Amino acid sequence: MLKKSLHYALLTALVIASVGPFLWLLFTAIKSGDENIFNPAQFLPQKPTLANFSETWNKVSMGSYMLNSVVVAILTVGFNLVFSTLAAYPLARMQFTGQKGVFLVILSTMMIPFQVIMIPLYLIVLKAGLTDNTMLGPGWPPIHVWAGLIIPFAISGFGIFFVRQALVGLPKELEESAVLDGCNSVQVLLKVLLPLIKPTLATLAVFTFMASWGEFLWPSILLSEEKHFTLPVGLVYLQGTFSSNWRIIAAGTVLSMLPIISFFLILQRYFVSGTLSGSVKG
Amino acid sequence: MTILNKHFKPYVYLAVPLALMAIFFFYPLFLTFKMSLFDYSHELYTPEFTGVGNYMRLFASAPFWQAAGNTLVFMLGVVPAMMVLPIVLAVLVNGKLKGMAFFRTLIYLPVVVSMVVVGLAWKWMYAKDGIINYGLSLLHIPPVDWLVNPDVALYAVMIVVVWKGLAYYMMMYLAQLQSVPKALYDAAKIDGASTLATHWHVTLPHLRPTLLLVAIISTIGSLKVFTEIYVMTGGGPIGSTRTLVYYIYEQAFENLDLGLASAAGLLLMGVLLVLSLIQIRYFQQLDDTPKPSRHQKAGTLETEAGESHHA
Repeated sequence: MLKKSLHYALLTALVIASVGPFLWLLFTAIKSGDENIFNPAQFLPQKPTLANFSETWNKVSMGSYMLNSVVVAILTVGFNLVFSTLAAYPLARMQFTGQKGVFLVILSTMMIPFQVIMIPLYLIVLKAGLTDNTMLGPGWPPIHVWAGLIIPFAISGFGIFFVRQALVGLPKELEESAVLDGCNSVQVLLKVLLPLIKPTLATLAVFTFMASWGEFLWPSILLSEEKHFTLPVGLVYLQGTFSSNWRIIAAGTVLSMLPIISFFLILQRYFVSGTLSGSVKG
Repeated sequence: MTILNKHFKPYVYLAVPLALMAIFFFYPLFLTFKMSLFDYSHELYTPEFTGVGNYMRLFASAPFWQAAGNTLVFMLGVVPAMMVLPIVLAVLVNGKLKGMAFFRTLIYLPVVVSMVVVGLAWKWMYAKDGIINYGLSLLHIPPVDWLVNPDVALYAVMIVVVWKGLAYYMMMYLAQLQSVPKALYDAAKIDGASTLATHWHVTLPHLRPTLLLVAIISTIGSLKVFTEIYVMTGGGPIGSTRTLVYYIYEQAFENLDLGLASAAGLLLMGVLLVLSLIQIRYFQQLDDTPKPSRHQKAGTLETEAGESHHA
């Protein structure tokens, strides 16, 4: 009994350490202007208010940040799923000349960090007019900017590797019977194989989404116009603009966390399986 | 026709992915090599060929060595912490207590939230009159200038990185823990081993492969650290938190010294390449041994979490 209580006490301490900083942000965000936000003795807000949220929303283009982040993350996930599957299918289920070589080339991209290629990549994207200081379409939607943000992450060696591993494990008889039934290779892929690796695809989707949502380095290099910012870049901008007003900064961070945390709570199990795949985190 | 079809089919599938990789990965990689041989520091648009000149400039540059040293300190602090602390956490969340799934979910939260948010939250807590110094004052410890004191700032950032990564590695260890045969624990119990001794002799040897994987992944992660530095300290004070990637970023996008930045990037790549080769070998081992697939393992984890929830 004592042991059980101790166990619960330790777990609670861990939870406080894990969630505490976010709660501190949340409480700061809902404190009203005349409350002391520094004194942790007043941890809980006395007069909770949503004013800071509307102020954040009005003073910076929080809505645009959110939209840009959502569009970029969803498209990045979509492209990754399609390209990973396209490349993984022949690598896992067909035999062809140069198979091993192609696989090694793809694996090699996992070993080279993005930071090594980002400088020329920036020059390429700049030349293609996919940054926001070009004359290309000043209007909305900023498709060229989104394209620039997505391109470096639209395909990943890890994604291909991950899907290939799942496809390799499926029994050969599945395909054989499908071919006997008159399926061509596209139908085999879409109707037989992909439904069986749904958990793998979901895991890849969730991890790609999380990485894209949190990505800071590339968008911070690429973007200069505020309306094109993604959430991480926008939050840093928010902090630079309102360096002394932590209520507003905290409100911004809380808003930016809502989507990813809800996403996580709904799809938890895929976050966990992604961790277990040993994916290299950013 | 069918023969042709059969021969070309794999390449049809591979065409678009490989073309994209060629344009957006291998071509820039080649350009990085090329740019590292040119000096952009005098003429940005008409760089001069300099051979290994950029590397010589790097090796003679004090800020570069400072950044390399900071990265090393960072690695030596963060990697052992990431290897050891999550084991303790994994043991704690492995028990079959009521509500364990709930605890695991909350403990995993820092992994999910973006680094910028985490950086801002901690910057706020590290403030001079922030919550951490307040906590210290309750213990009669004088306030610390966490992100302002050049002797402390790097460690302050390291604490944040460890805090954010703990649960990620905890989950890896947890999966491994749950694959320890129960009979081993029963045997230890019969032999009258204490809890600590059981973990030392049964659990720890079983975790060895995960330990290696965690070491590699966290080393690669520490070598690439950037966002947390950018958000919390901007490389300062007086360069005390400037890491290699931060140095590359500054040289490339602030000083526009593209050749120097490319050379530094390639040096970083050399180090990472060696580490990643070890990782790939590890993946191949996983590939060869007939173990349950990884998402099956995750399935077990989920069920167990569910079970303990209903227990």
